Amino acid sequence: MNTWKIENAKNSLGELQQIFISEGLVVQALPTGSQPTVINAEGLHILPGFVDLHTHLREPGREDAETVLTGSQAAVAGGFTAISAMPNTLPVADTAGVVEQVFRLGKSHGLCDVYPIGAVTIDQKGTHLAELSAMNQSEARVRIFSDDGHCVSDPLVMRRALEYVKTFDGLIAQHAQDPRLTENSQMNEGEISARLGLKGWPAVAEEAIIARDVLLAEHVDSRLHICHLTTAGGVEIVRRAKERGIKVTAEVTPHHLLLTDEKAESYDPVFKVNPPLRTNSDVIALREGLADGTIDIIATDHAPHPNEAKDCEWSAAAFGMVGLETAFSIAYLTMVQSGLMTLADLVNRMSSSPARIGRYAGHGEIRVNSPANVVLVDLAATWHVEREHLHSKSKNTPFHGMELPGVIKKTFHNGALVYENLDSRGGVKK
Amino acid sequence: MKHLLSINDLSKAEAINVLDTAAELSRLSEGTVKKFPTLRGRTVVNLFFEDSTRTRISFEAAAKRLSADVINFSAKGSSLSKGESLKDTALTLQAMGADAVVIRHGASGAPHQLARQQWMTGSVINAGDGTHEHPTQALLDAFTLRRHLGQDAGDLQGLRVAIVGDVLHSRVARSNVLLLQKLGAKVVLIAPPTLLPVGVASWGAEVSYSLDAEIESVDAIMMLRVQRERMDDLYFPTEREYSRNFGLNLERINSMKSDAIVMHPGPMNRGLEISADSADSTRSVIVEQVANGVSIRMAVLYLLLSGTARSESNSTIEVGV
Ligand SMILES: [Zn+2]
Repeated sequence: MNTWKIENAKNSLGELQQIFISEGLVVQALPTGSQPTVINAEGLHILPGFVDLHTHLREPGREDAETVLTGSQAAVAGGFTAISAMPNTLPVADTAGVVEQVFRLGKSHGLCDVYPIGAVTIDQKGTHLAELSAMNQSEARVRIFSDDGHCVSDPLVMRRALEYVKTFDGLIAQHAQDPRLTENSQMNEGEISARLGLKGWPAVAEEAIIARDVLLAEHVDSRLHICHLTTAGGVEIVRRAKERGIKVTAEVTPHHLLLTDEKAESYDPVFKVNPPLRTNSDVIALREGLADGTIDIIATDHAPHPNEAKDCEWSAAAFGMVGLETAFSIAYLTMVQSGLMTLADLVNRMSSSPARIGRYAGHGEIRVNSPANVVLVDLAATWHVEREHLHSKSKNTPFHGMELPGVIKKTFHNGALVYENLDSRGGVKK
Repeated sequence: MKHLLSINDLSKAEAINVLDTAAELSRLSEGTVKKFPTLRGRTVVNLFFEDSTRTRISFEAAAKRLSADVINFSAKGSSLSKGESLKDTALTLQAMGADAVVIRHGASGAPHQLARQQWMTGSVINAGDGTHEHPTQALLDAFTLRRHLGQDAGDLQGLRVAIVGDVLHSRVARSNVLLLQKLGAKVVLIAPPTLLPVGVASWGAEVSYSLDAEIESVDAIMMLRVQRERMDDLYFPTEREYSRNFGLNLERINSMKSDAIVMHPGPMNRGLEISADSADSTRSVIVEQVANGVSIRMAVLYLLLSGTARSESNSTIEVGV
């Protein structure tokens, strides 16, 4: 196993920090006689590796869009050392067998930790609970369950799921979308959809489910996680719920922190995503919610799609955007450069908090005798997003052509250097 | 102007120029000239992903009167109905050397993608996209209004026009709201709240839930087609209730101003949004709208194509067409 000495880096508080890595762990001092590789990280920040609780890896079933391997490559290029594979694969990850398959693939590639998320219901149909305990007791040790892509809309199914996972400190991650209010919906319902003639996806369809679910979580005293919050009203409901002591956590995606529904005016399906891009006032509320802790974490909702799923009419196109490789830069731009939060806060939202919510041991902090999951970033440098240079198998990024701050220079997973950006200008990612 | 995708592509002056050109072409057509050589050697493709015989025939007649070659490309029901096929179709049309593509598509924005993705170099004319726009329908409606209520010249300043019915799903309404207001008319949208889009307030038009409250004060009334299936999606309780509140009948026509006109983009649901005797009444200009449609589409094709050189790309490929 490699030994490393990383010197002259600054931590998230801006203090100079020297780190030794040996046997995959961060250590107080290197064993005598060891000959570490020395990295002079002057001008760089050393941060705990990022943790994503919402990733679509498409394997098994849609390996044309992404695989566990290419998704892991994209993850480490974005500074993530742990990702969470959503279960909407073919077949759906609703059994111990499928979650173990994904888990083992992640482990065999060894780039980052891949934590499978199990489906709440069989085939994500919303009617019968999947074998949640079996998935938890499997090698994958699944603790988070979600029917993401679909909402667990039946209130009784949601209640039972919330109760049932208490046996093993599990968590239900809800994709909050009332299905009846969003049939054939294409984009946020408002002035822009009225003008463009695209069927609206109203904010209330998200907020009504969040409101119901925080009350259910309160009633049965369970942990609830709200996926990809997008509306000002949703932020307010979660804020009130937390004030009442309800065990709810919430995430926001980088794209919802930056982009608005005006992007649909181009009819370019690269901006088609579910839940949809909202209005400017929603964006402001999401940023405020993330800054004050109402929203606990940033999650990517990395959703790869092949070209043909986007190279068509808006209404025929697939929902979703890739996001692993741009997440930190967008978050840094919208939250830190904007003055809304400190770098340490951002590390909390992208690393410590998601690791705590997912109970992902060995992530979320740089601590002696813990696994060395760390990332070196250059906050002064910028990079140009070029879709063809992404590591993800799919190229559906809404940020193509943008110049973004924050270059991921090196990513270490369990003490191994799994990603290195060799371009001194921080331009092309390798 | 390279394409006509939305009424927003036209300035007020350009819109009036389309109407003036249509008036001139219509005058000439009424005389001895039945066919103009203007677009000889040019190829106009009618690309219809949705059935609309009347709109297709209207564009076809317009193109032929300008001596263009017309290719009808009906994609309805074939493998071209959805997905990536839009791109493949565009590449095919490009290879065929299409100078203009008239597209009707069920997906809002499909003409924009055809025009902006650079799959093809010809002009794109939106002949109705999803629930978005239908600009030539609005132009022919403005033309008809100007003939009856204006001086057959200039704008529509001072007119008050009601658009009644399923505004939510109507591309005709969206284009008309933009164009009529651009030309100085006042627009009042009349519908049950379920059939008005959230966000309609930003359109600049008045909104009313009562036909009877408005009908006496308008100079023209445009009745929109209401599909019976909307009832199943709970937009209104029954056809009877809809007709009672928002249908046009003779009694309502008789309460209109003496020179006010009745319009409908067709096809009509007689007995639902408009009674048969209203559609056939002396106030109705519905048949004339159809005739005016040809003049407007001639004007649009003329203005888009005659000012430009033949597209370079088609010179070699055209042989085979
Ligand atoms: Zn989701």
